[in-house]
Amino acid sequence: MMRKISILIVDDEESVRDSLFNWFMEDGYRVECAENAKKALTILESESYDIVLADIKMPGMDGLEMMRRIKALKKDSIIIVMTAFATVDTAVQALKDGAFDYVTKPFDPDDLSHLIRNASKQITLSEENEILKKKVVLLENTEDLIGESEAMKQVLQEVESVAQSNSSVIITGESGTGKELIARVIHSNSPRKFFPFVIVHCGALTESLLESELFGHEKGAFTGAMYNRKGRFEMADSGSIFLDEISTISSKMQVELLRVLQTKTFVRVGGNKDITSDFRVICATNRDLKSMVEEGSFREDLYYRLNVVNIVVPPLRQRIGDIPLLVDYFIKKYCNSMNLPFVPIDPPALARLEEYQYPGNIRELENMIERAIVIGNGKKIYLRDLPLDKDKVQSTIESLDDLEKGHIFLILNKYSWNISRSAKALNVDRVTLYNKIKKYDLKPGK
Amino acid sequence: MDLHNISLISFGYFENNILGIIADDIGQEFNFPVRILEGHLDLSEFYDPARHQYNGNMLLKEVDTRYAAESFKTLGLFNVDLFIPILTFIFGQAFLQGRTGIASVYRLSNERYGMKMDEELLLNRTRKEVIHELGHTFGLIHCSIPSCVMRSSTYVEDIDQKSRFLCTKCRSEMGMGKL
Repeated sequence: MMRKISILIVDDEESVRDSLFNWFMEDGYRVECAENAKKALTILESESYDIVLADIKMPGMDGLEMMRRIKALKKDSIIIVMTAFATVDTAVQALKDGAFDYVTKPFDPDDLSHLIRNASKQITLSEENEILKKKVVLLENTEDLIGESEAMKQVLQEVESVAQSNSSVIITGESGTGKELIARVIHSNSPRKFFPFVIVHCGALTESLLESELFGHEKGAFTGAMYNRKGRFEMADSGSIFLDEISTISSKMQVELLRVLQTKTFVRVGGNKDITSDFRVICATNRDLKSMVEEGSFREDLYYRLNVVNIVVPPLRQRIGDIPLLVDYFIKKYCNSMNLPFVPIDPPALARLEEYQYPGNIRELENMIERAIVIGNGKKIYLRDLPLDKDKVQSTIESLDDLEKGHIFLILNKYSWNISRSAKALNVDRVTLYNKIKKYDLKPGK
Repeated sequence: MDLHNISLISFGYFENNILGIIADDIGQEFNFPVRILEGHLDLSEFYDPARHQYNGNMLLKEVDTRYAAESFKTLGLFNVDLFIPILTFIFGQAFLQGRTGIASVYRLSNERYGMKMDEELLLNRTRKEVIHELGHTFGLIHCSIPSCVMRSSTYVEDIDQKSRFLCTKCRSEMGMGKL
């Protein structure tokens, strides 16, 4: 569905403003008028218009000067200048300064229709281009979701089933496990995929900044609020909003957030107009929100409102079987981006990567591979190219039972829970392995 | 005063019962009784000697002030060349979601374009233009459906391409059912 194009008419003659206003209203456009350049600039400060149709000769600031100021505010504004006294010089100057077109008053009705239709087409094409660019990024990101381990298969299955719904989702997992990527995949596989995916890093903002970021603000709402600003909820209309590090928001923001989630209506900071937006909420946290609810630091009602579906992203050390795939993927990714031929990894280096604990999870593995390609010899990645933290390779386990449990779990994950292959690797028979699995209550992904 | 009908007011002379036919069309399309009236305006007050045309904005306001209070909707039909300050000419115009519209047959006749007179074509163009402007008074904006009478027309040939009927979408926007 095409959105309504908006037009701002700037002309000092009332009859011209009225004529154009009526003409464009009949065409179904959203129209506003200003009698001089100063008023037009004031209007444009608080609201943007797709097309500005401006007279050149006006008392005070003329149309060309106004155009230069509008262009300084918004470079890609579409401005059509009109004049009753056409000269080649002014026409050339207007076009040099970035006018979309130049017309002489009065114009033929058909010329006016063509002019606006062409401008509308340009706007639509630019918007489509933006949407497609974002879509390409999303598709690229979807391919980034790598994993064939049982734990990852379960996550992908959950993502697939939840994507089509409109339910709120909480994604939990350690830092660097790819929570934002999972959120993107949910969005890009949902019916909202052609609309914005808006990200808010809640942990990076103070309470007042977060409030302004989420709800927007009106001009003058606080010192420095020079212009009206749309909030992230407004920007996510028809799309999804991703609230990262949700556990960090204050009690006051928890109340505000709960109210917005219930009503989908909010007011900009310093404003008094109710704004409605249709968005889907996807949250992420590396904390245990349920424990926070029990401690009283996170509201129970908000927790239940957000936690319709909970997707747990496993840490990399629990999906060791995926490491060869991930390593291969990251080598291809960085070799491509650096225009290098594929650089294979030396088996001892890969084996070491499979033993590593990964406190920084996939992000850490990705950084290691990127670094290894940059500093390596360009033919093969060796152990010496990998910045492995020795402490993280060593075990922190003290009891023998824990050691055995951890090792069996590691091997099971490595062979995707194939009992025969895991038993062979452990050098025990299948019955013994089954008994150990039962003893230690081991389950895929757990 | 009867606010349950549409007034078709002629300003000037129109031949061959053209007004009666158009009144029937309006009645069928909008489902309102239509009355035909004769209007009296001194058109010289609206004449622009520099452009040799009549100011459509001023005429629309005048018809609205003097005649519109007596009916639910009013359409003034003229036979002079209309313009609005920004455009070289107009076939007609109306207050969107208002009470009044105006239209002129002046630029609808074939003779204006150096072609042979065609009374039937003129009648068809006029009835479409009148229904189009009245559609605006009912709040309808230009329609993208090629056959709909609310399709925008900037040339007479555009008028010939469309039908004199509202499309299903426009009818439903007005809260009317299918024909």
